[in-house]
Amino acid sequence: MIHKYRLNGYNIVLDPNSGAVHLLDGLAFSLLDYIEDVPDSICPPRILSALSDKYSSDDIAEAYGELHSLYKSGQLWSSDDYGEIDGVFTEQSPIKAICLHVAHDCNLRCQYCFASKGDFGRGRELMDSETGMRAIDFLVANSGKRHNLEVDFFGGEPLMNWDVVKEIVAYARSIEKEHDKNFRFTLTTNGLLLSEDKIPYINQEMDNVVLSLDGRPEVNDAIRIRADGSGSYDSIIDKYKTFVRSRGTKDYYIRGTYTKYNLDFANDAKHMFGMGFDQISIEPAVTNDKLPFAITDEDLPRIFDEYEKLALHMIENRDSGNNFFHFMLDLGQGPCLIKRLRGCGSGNEYIAIVPGGDIYPCHQFVGMQEWRMGNIHTGEFDESIKTLFARTSVRSKQECKNCWAKYYCSGGCNANNFIFTGDVGNPHPLSCQLEKKRLECAIMIKAALK
Amino acid sequence: MKHIKTINGANLKESAHKSGCGECRTSCQSACKTSCTVANQKCERKAK
Repeated sequence: MIHKYRLNGYNIVLDPNSGAVHLLDGLAFSLLDYIEDVPDSICPPRILSALSDKYSSDDIAEAYGELHSLYKSGQLWSSDDYGEIDGVFTEQSPIKAICLHVAHDCNLRCQYCFASKGDFGRGRELMDSETGMRAIDFLVANSGKRHNLEVDFFGGEPLMNWDVVKEIVAYARSIEKEHDKNFRFTLTTNGLLLSEDKIPYINQEMDNVVLSLDGRPEVNDAIRIRADGSGSYDSIIDKYKTFVRSRGTKDYYIRGTYTKYNLDFANDAKHMFGMGFDQISIEPAVTNDKLPFAITDEDLPRIFDEYEKLALHMIENRDSGNNFFHFMLDLGQGPCLIKRLRGCGSGNEYIAIVPGGDIYPCHQFVGMQEWRMGNIHTGEFDESIKTLFARTSVRSKQECKNCWAKYYCSGGCNANNFIFTGDVGNPHPLSCQLEKKRLECAIMIKAALK
Repeated sequence: MKHIKTINGANLKESAHKSGCGECRTSCQSACKTSCTVANQKCERKAK
């Protein structure tokens, strides 16, 4: 298998099984149309003849020889030799990350909120510190030899339960040395309660902070509204600027969502870069397609154009230090094969814990009773659900088997897969198309900046 | 090569032999929380 495409004047060919990426001139790229399986050692006469009106025989034979050389060295049309690794996915992994829902309540009523405007359809509720500390105990007890453990303070809006967040952090810090663990905390917030007095503590304790903002004021305020319908942009933008200036070298992301209302979302990314934010993530609102703002198949051509515009912007501003999360691709020293096969690890090495102590495979499954895995207070835990997710990898997903992007995306979001197809192992086609376009742009950027 | 420039070699197969320590970040926690891009995650095999 290979994947070839042209973008922004570059002829790019990937070898998915080996991870190799090549830039081809026009002749070599044309030759790919004539190689049905793998190249022969010598260019067949039929190919010489087919291209003879544009290229000399010597050039055709030379380019063909280079393709054959890459084939022989395992960098094009390479085989999938990973069958033996499938055994890794028959066993459960230690749990290394939790999404801790410290607040099933929110001070915004964002129209696209998958959490039913903050309460996940279960009524408004805050986690108490006892539950938070038992969640930390649960993570440590189930983490095996994993050293780095992650806790994302999530909601709803976690800053609505700020004192409990600090109590949980203090407790985790108090036990990490004795258990040889390193806690990495993350905060995902809408920013309304991000007051200056909290910033030093956040910068000290939070390895990463995700700040929600959709972009231009009119875009943000059409969706990210308060209960009275008023927008949130003016209340958070200066707080974000102050926070980001204070952040130093520690990670943060300004994280937006685009919908059918702002298919020109590259302008929102540019707006956020223009505000001085240099780490940005913008995600599609993949949701019930009956909702007016949902991204649907008919939007794809426009969205593809927009990703290309954003890619060009990143190339033109290569020295700015700006990053767009989905274009950040590490071709050389990135994740290992096991990571690429396993993906997000939901339900197996990553779980969500809600205010009452119930456990779910991830935050997106919260509230779906059939996916409730157990409860940290009662000790009940459904091993069968964990086993199901342990055995779910990109290699177990039939639709992914012949996809060139499988080792970049790892088979998509399991929750999206379930919500849209009824099966965690069956990828959501719309999400696949978006992912593949982002990857093509990201690889093209690598080519342009090489 | 005259017609082809390789911008990334066949490093995926190499990683298959020394992988799976599990110390890296959970991709969904990094920035997105709703979609899946795993290829931008940093390897932290030496981080411990």
